[in-house]
Amino acid sequence: MTTIDVKHIAKLAELPLTQEEEKKFKKQLSAILEHIEKLSSVDISQVAETSQVTGLENVDREDSASASFSQEEATSQAKIKHNGLFEVPVILEEAVE
Amino acid sequence: MYGLTIAQARKKLDNKEISAVELTKASLQRLQSLDKKLNAFLTVTEETALESAKKADERIKNGDSTPLLGIPFSLKDMYLTKGIRTTAGSKVLEDYIPQYSSTVVEKLETAGAVLIGKNNQDAWAHGSSGENSDFGSTTNPWNTELVPGGSSSGPAVAVAAGIAPFSMGTDTGGSIRQPAALTNIVGLKPTYGRVSRYGTIAMASSFDTMGHFTKTVEDSAMVLSVTAGKDAKDATSSPKPIDAYTKDIDTSIKGLKIGMPKEYFIDGMDEKVKEATMSAIKKLEELGAEIVEISLPHTQYAIDIYYVLQTAEVSSNLARYDGIRYGNTREFFGDEAKRRIMLGTFVLAHGYYDAYYKRAMKIRTLIKQDFEKAFEKVDVIATPASPTTAWKIGEKVDDPLAMYLSDVFTVTGNVAGIPGLSVPAGFVKNLPVGMQLLGPMFGEKLLFQVGRQYELATKWYEKEPNL
Repeated sequence: MTTIDVKHIAKLAELPLTQEEEKKFKKQLSAILEHIEKLSSVDISQVAETSQVTGLENVDREDSASASFSQEEATSQAKIKHNGLFEVPVILEEAVE
Repeated sequence: MYGLTIAQARKKLDNKEISAVELTKASLQRLQSLDKKLNAFLTVTEETALESAKKADERIKNGDSTPLLGIPFSLKDMYLTKGIRTTAGSKVLEDYIPQYSSTVVEKLETAGAVLIGKNNQDAWAHGSSGENSDFGSTTNPWNTELVPGGSSSGPAVAVAAGIAPFSMGTDTGGSIRQPAALTNIVGLKPTYGRVSRYGTIAMASSFDTMGHFTKTVEDSAMVLSVTAGKDAKDATSSPKPIDAYTKDIDTSIKGLKIGMPKEYFIDGMDEKVKEATMSAIKKLEELGAEIVEISLPHTQYAIDIYYVLQTAEVSSNLARYDGIRYGNTREFFGDEAKRRIMLGTFVLAHGYYDAYYKRAMKIRTLIKQDFEKAFEKVDVIATPASPTTAWKIGEKVDDPLAMYLSDVFTVTGNVAGIPGLSVPAGFVKNLPVGMQLLGPMFGEKLLFQVGRQYELATKWYEKEPNL
């Protein structure tokens, strides 16, 4: 039976969890994974994968420019802005010489 | 004036018996008088509704008569509406005002339908009861202590309570057909790709379909004739021409072969619901159809592969909510979204991908093939839409697995991509039961014909909740 490392998965998914939540989710997700276990008994040796059901392939369109949002419209829903731009958290620290 | 079907309202509008403004006011009045009890609406668009109703009246005066012109409707809060708050039922988007509208909304506006508001729903369309909304549960008009089903809880209740003649929902695993069944109305999940997904908040992109609720099958066909079609903005929308959906719905179903899959009449489901569905199928036989017992052998795996593939897609689609470009940060996700993001992240993680995700994609093929083989033998498949009638609010909230299993009869349609129509099929202890009709890819027209003949013979849709 597979166990789920909730702490690690939450980190991968950028989900801040309390310790209490970690405990609760571990229990609930383990029950779901246990239910899913029965999939391992299906013979899939001769079966191809289905990733989409449309049967459509290589759908393309004219590569032409058209009107889009103004900068003001595009940034209108951001909570934090700087000089009309999205402000994002720092992800790289400047190297200290 | 509330509780009209689209067809009835259409006639009255075209005969100038009523105006679109009057019809819209009646809808808004009904909404205001009931919504404390039902909690089906998150946003009411009274001002713009009256403006579009006025415009519709102008068009009617000038001799324009399209199916939805001047008809009030509401939208699940998954559909982006330019300038009107769109929340997906989640606190993450509680103050999000979209800069553009979804294709479906644009089509309905062009057709002259009148938007009266945005509906409550399970947050991000995750759920089967409406209880996962971050804005409180919606209640069932047949008994307000019960859930209305979900995730399109608000849209279903808007129609079931006679507030709007139609509403738009989304169906990724049964989120239209199941609440329709639990509230005595008609719910259509179209074929994947029949209706554009552009501008609708994505849940699981390879399963999401844009469908609707109506009181009758006839109305359902009228709505699809407006929403269906290829959209350059959705590469998965089908270039296949759309059918004349309302044509032939009055044709007898004599000689049609209707499959009854044994895997959908199982132990563990409500016996009375099973009986009600069997007698609905018996009715189809009386109407001249031939009932054929069939088998869809991989049905038992559908719910499990769905909770692998769907959560994988959810974890990817919800990764975009970082609170930078719009909306709040990830702390605002509710429990169910967190569960699905984590399950999806887990099945896609290094070391588990082959055992879960890849394996599930292969079993998806087997389920699709089950249906392809079945439709070589039968025209339409008839099943229960839900294993039970509506349940008590709170009964399943701490048991996500039990909640997931309520989609057991609807999820197969999304796995295979085929269309499904839920039609009212009677009552068990005064609570509605729905029959699900499944058809081959792009077989909506056939579903409407069978559904229409059944509703004309039974008239379950005429029964209304006592509110």
